[in-house]
Amino acid sequence: MAQYSTNQFKGGLKIILDGDPYSIVENEFVKPGKGQAFNRVKVRNLKTNRVVERTFKSGDSVEAADVFNLDLQFLYHDGEFYHFMDPNSFEQYQAAEAAVGDAAKWIKPEDKCDVTLWNGVPLQVDAPNFLVAKVIETDPGVRGNTSSGGTKPATLETGAVVQVPLFIEQGEVLRVDTRKAEYVSRAGDS
Amino acid sequence: MIARRAALLAALRQVMADLDVLEIDGAVLSAAAPAERALDCLAVVEAGWLVPSPEHGLKRLLVELRRDCYQLGHVFRAGEHGRWHNPEFTMLEWYRLGASMADAVDTLDAVLQEAGAPRRVRCRRYADVFAEATGLDVRTADTEALAAHARAQGIAPADADAGDRVFWLDLLMAFCVQPTLGRDGPEVITHFPADDAVLVELDPHDPRFAQRFECFWQGIELANGAVELTDVEQARKRMVREQQARRAAGSAVPPIDERLLQAMTAGLPRCAGVALGVDRLLALLTGAEQLADVVPFAWPAR
Repeated sequence: MAQYSTNQFKGGLKIILDGDPYSIVENEFVKPGKGQAFNRVKVRNLKTNRVVERTFKSGDSVEAADVFNLDLQFLYHDGEFYHFMDPNSFEQYQAAEAAVGDAAKWIKPEDKCDVTLWNGVPLQVDAPNFLVAKVIETDPGVRGNTSSGGTKPATLETGAVVQVPLFIEQGEVLRVDTRKAEYVSRAGDS
Repeated sequence: MIARRAALLAALRQVMADLDVLEIDGAVLSAAAPAERALDCLAVVEAGWLVPSPEHGLKRLLVELRRDCYQLGHVFRAGEHGRWHNPEFTMLEWYRLGASMADAVDTLDAVLQEAGAPRRVRCRRYADVFAEATGLDVRTADTEALAAHARAQGIAPADADAGDRVFWLDLLMAFCVQPTLGRDGPEVITHFPADDAVLVELDPHDPRFAQRFECFWQGIELANGAVELTDVEQARKRMVREQQARRAAGSAVPPIDERLLQAMTAGLPRCAGVALGVDRLLALLTGAEQLADVVPFAWPAR
């Protein structure tokens, strides 16, 4: 098993603690004048996203986590698992709902997602920054009202609800920013 | 910042000259390394070690010169790299004959005033600040009590069950006590525990403590000083004890510095010494957020 010494610690390094994969957020070297050196480390649990602090004796080693990211194409949701494919190797991966989390509302088949894999199993799925999707439900559009600031909720085919301008009609295809859950434009508009 | 550093170095040399302390342009490459449990020296192939402080060289010269002296230059410590650590750093270290711990603190105060510290240093005892921050009496708390407090604070390493008393004192000092020290200006903490004292005289009134102090400013350790041990047999015993601690920790164990012990046998004059971290002082004076902002070629980007 690969190991990392505390002097290799830096932000982004993936390690195993108590059997779970963690990513180092922040590493501080602490040494009292004549005394033992320590590393005080903020780590994020990659399963729960919780950030905790841990202390290590400087020079100690921890197990490296086999964690890496791949661009995978979303295929379909079978009700239980979300299925993805590596477009280069055609290898398929199935992600549990916990790994997909909120991203579920922001992806549709064929979208490419940034997927974090741990020991080959999807741990976290990040939706692409922009989603192009059809409006399946919204109040009727207000004709001619293309400039005033009013908005209304619209439900997209992926299940996400975003605030859209009043002139948007059901059936239109929109471009939305998935990070802010915000309407950007009609698809095709520039 | 380069010019600010030059001005600080000049001011430090001036205050030393004003106090009639002689500058020693000593070697930083040494054939010996000090025996201290938590001090890892950088080894130079087929040559020896880069000094972690000029202490041994200055003490050997003190035996001959019998006058106050200092060295201002670069020192090296293996593995010390972080926001407030650089493996190569600048240290001012001086020794003054016949000085008590109070005298040494006075000199430090004069140096810090000259450098531009916001106020005179204040002094408190280690046992007092330790009790204030942790509620523990360091005179009576045993290893288990120290460990229990560290665990309750969530600062204990997962695998530190085998830590000894010094280990837990270091941990609590670093995480619970130190951040509270010197918030509005330099603060000197005197009478550190004797447990890991090496070339330092113990407190004759209470040998559980050493005549050693550290100076903190904004929670950052700035200086370390002590009344120096003159008893050569004690020195050898403590060096052997430190070697054993290093061996137990799986650290490299350099041989004992026999040249220093030889000089001490000839007679080290009674004296007190202080080592001041110049880069940290510059950072604190200028409001820098990290050492790398005040060091011309900070590790590892150099």
